[in-house]
Amino acid sequence: MTINEALMLNLLAGMLSSFGAGAIGALLCARWPRAARVVGHTFALLGALLALGLGLAGLAGGTVSVSIAQVLPIGGVALGVDRLSAFFILVIAVAAVPSAIYALGYTREYEGRYSLAGMGAALNLFLASMSLVVMARNALTFLALWEAMSLASYFLVMTERDDRETERAGWLYFVMTHAGFACLLVGFLLLSHATGSMEFAGWQAGAAAVTGTTRNLVFILLAVGFGSKAGVIPLHIWLPQAHPAAPSHVSALMSGVMIKLGIYGLVRVGFDWLSGGPAWWGGALLLVAAISAVLGVLYALVEHDLKRLLAYHSVENIGIILFGVGGGMLFQTYHLPALAGLALIAGLYHTLNHAVFKSLLFMGAGAVLHATHTRNMEEMGGLIKRMPQTAVFFLIGSVAIAALPPFNGFISEWLTFQSLLLSFQIPDKAVNLTFALSVAALALTSGLAAACFIKAFGISFLALPRSEHAESAREVGFSMRAAMALLAVACLVLGVAPFTVLKFLSKTTSELLGATPDMQFTWNRIVTGGSFATVSPLWIAVALAALLASIPITLRVFRANTARRYYETWGCGRAVQTARFEYTATSFANPFKRVFSVLYRPVKELAIEFHPESRFFVRTISYSNEARSIFDDAIYGPLNRMLRSFAQRVRLLQSGNVNVYLLYILVALVVLLVIAR
Amino acid sequence: MTASILIEAIQLLIVALAAPLLVGSVRKLKARLQGRRGASVFQPYRDLRKLLVKEAVISENTSWIFRFTPYLVASVMLLSSLVVPMLTTRTPLGFTGNIIVLMYLLLLATFFLALAGLDAGSAFGGMGSSREMIIAALAEPTVMIAIFAIALRVGSTSLDEIVRRGADDSLLLLNPGHLLAFVAFFIVALAETGRLPVDNPATHLELTMIHEAMILEYSGRHLALIEWAAGMKLFLFLTLLSNLFFPWGVARTLEPLPVAIAFAALALKVGALAAAVAILETSIAKLRLFRVPELLSGSFTLALLAVISFFFVR
Repeated sequence: MTINEALMLNLLAGMLSSFGAGAIGALLCARWPRAARVVGHTFALLGALLALGLGLAGLAGGTVSVSIAQVLPIGGVALGVDRLSAFFILVIAVAAVPSAIYALGYTREYEGRYSLAGMGAALNLFLASMSLVVMARNALTFLALWEAMSLASYFLVMTERDDRETERAGWLYFVMTHAGFACLLVGFLLLSHATGSMEFAGWQAGAAAVTGTTRNLVFILLAVGFGSKAGVIPLHIWLPQAHPAAPSHVSALMSGVMIKLGIYGLVRVGFDWLSGGPAWWGGALLLVAAISAVLGVLYALVEHDLKRLLAYHSVENIGIILFGVGGGMLFQTYHLPALAGLALIAGLYHTLNHAVFKSLLFMGAGAVLHATHTRNMEEMGGLIKRMPQTAVFFLIGSVAIAALPPFNGFISEWLTFQSLLLSFQIPDKAVNLTFALSVAALALTSGLAAACFIKAFGISFLALPRSEHAESAREVGFSMRAAMALLAVACLVLGVAPFTVLKFLSKTTSELLGATPDMQFTWNRIVTGGSFATVSPLWIAVALAALLASIPITLRVFRANTARRYYETWGCGRAVQTARFEYTATSFANPFKRVFSVLYRPVKELAIEFHPESRFFVRTISYSNEARSIFDDAIYGPLNRMLRSFAQRVRLLQSGNVNVYLLYILVALVVLLVIAR
Repeated sequence: MTASILIEAIQLLIVALAAPLLVGSVRKLKARLQGRRGASVFQPYRDLRKLLVKEAVISENTSWIFRFTPYLVASVMLLSSLVVPMLTTRTPLGFTGNIIVLMYLLLLATFFLALAGLDAGSAFGGMGSSREMIIAALAEPTVMIAIFAIALRVGSTSLDEIVRRGADDSLLLLNPGHLLAFVAFFIVALAETGRLPVDNPATHLELTMIHEAMILEYSGRHLALIEWAAGMKLFLFLTLLSNLFFPWGVARTLEPLPVAIAFAALALKVGALAAAVAILETSIAKLRLFRVPELLSGSFTLALLAVISFFFVR
């Protein structure tokens, strides 16, 4: 099927005008919150649907290129769609469509409290700038859109700005995102200078001429810039603060999609703009991947704020994606493009899968927040009886993110494992060992992720409610459930029928690497590395379902007793069981905290106030056992202090006297003229 | 086609029917080693029958997860028994998944068991779930690195291929990497199936049980399914250990005679490993929970050494 350019152009124009209409419409309706809510989110939905069409058309081979020279200086606005761009547009749309549906219901309770006009406008701007940034074809277009995306998401994070914690989170996000932006800016300028072009096509053509220190410096700067957006450790500190503070559908978009644009940037840098580098680039990415994955999940395990737990899992999943991307770069260094293709497919497939299940989980957490008005898991419990449908959706998301069959996370993690295991074809022992340790790190991550989602689902949804809020929770409205249902179905479909996506992905990586990936697949089977490994997700699902159905039948055939009696939980002869006897999230996480105490360095405090008459009567016990972040202690704390003391010194220049400031300007001007002479 | 269906049916029946016998034999041998007479090796069958005729008492606090889990766990074990090469290197359903798929299927069962442990709202269930999961999570790296070591030797992660190429390799047991990987995998198998020194399957002492704490609320047919599945899991792990590391006697064709020999070989190998488990359980004590990570990191080191040795001797 050939997709003509007119169709692509129409889809692009339609998408942009929908987002534009949504943003302007929401602002025009500023005085009628309900109208602003409906207009903003309906147009966002329409735009997202058109983006979905654009992504699919692009993956089917459609291309488009638009350039408007007059808008921006140095090259103007240049947009284009290749298969990689189209794939990321698809990822954005897959999360944006359900998010817009969900927001229609979720934002109802914001009416009268926060500005829905501003929110609607920012959301449309956010979606538009994300879809456009992956289409940017020159440096300035990219940077302008990147900044627009960051600012729009900043305003969305600040929606509930009367909360002090939100204010702090927003500030941290603002600082970190601009530090990343500065790295990107310098990197882009260096690369433009070295290749003599501001166009991405010019970078690709001239990259071979960029050598030595410049090449490495460009890579480091761009990797740090994109890495900070992706939230890799140790550049992650904004992520677990900012994502939970935003409204839940925005959290879904930020965690599900926005951080993936950092991955998009890294893939562009590694496989397109610089196309290959020394082995240490890939090795460094694998190291960062391992640290992000393992530490991300370990921090999630001790986190009892449901949304923050999910945010830490985004750090973990970015790590898993980077195993694919970093592995791919190493394979490319050793001239194994078929394996590089396999590794990159694994990373990109996990990108899509994470967008689906993380959006689902954030929406589930949002539904719980909506119903219980708390994010603290210790105050939840028993929600499976009060919100049965949300519980099923959250469970599907949990099984998917824990990478268990037959859902989608399993397929991409399986592919990642295969690409890492096939690394024995590289004839270098140090690299082999790096891959072996990566395999171990990924395995540990997946085991810990399973444990963490048992905690997340088990403590929040199962057993008895732990507070009155949880006791009185009610199932959420139709639009929120519909959005989650869509994503839950997507988790299953992407898990049992991966060939639908692999078909597009293998073309995408072939286009980037110029070689077909080392895998064959049909509608029911994936084979990697010749006969190295096979999996048939569809058969697994079918066989599991068949066996599940056959066991109850067999039990009846053998006349097993199928009676069932309900009675209280056994409690060592206790009279009544209350929620206070339940295992809590803290106690569930405690063995992990002890085993990995080196990393958490927990600070345990126990204060007991005894009755003045007798020590056998206790008035109050306060117990706290908090994990400290080694990054705050080792990196950001000292950095913060250094900045402060530097700022104190710089203050000397600021006398408040306008004449002195004018003198500064004059001196600066003279110096610049002398230099630029 | 008929032969394929027959082979799969035989595999399913072996695992389903022999699992209680395996559990009974280990218990019997342990009893003899400890100077007791012990119950008959067929006692587990009687236990299962007794559980099946009793009604299930279910906690009022539980949800559908609690009732669904026993069926899922048993289904996962039955599905695994169709995929593991038990008698031949041409397991008809072998294409559905390689060894990594198998490990993730088993993790799916553990995932739901741990959720069910939390479902009743009892402190024991939660404690069991939490402990079971830390052991499962820490065992995972060893499993994957041991798989990596095997894949390095035979150049495949497909279960059938591993057995076939292993059988062709006459110097297999002289390979240090192979033996290291075996020891690592053996330790992990003990941890995954809840045997000593990680967990004690015979204990009901509140503070030491792990797996038993997790399933404490189960009764009737649900408990029967879970006990049966635990037996099948032990059987599957011992089969994996014997066929992946000592691939002798496994049939290359689907002819009746080689399959019959393979059956006898399987019985011998699994029997020998079961005896090893019984002797080990008699001679060592259970480790404290917070010493278990040391054991597992030890097994991880062995697996990693296996991988390194393959890099250096190839």
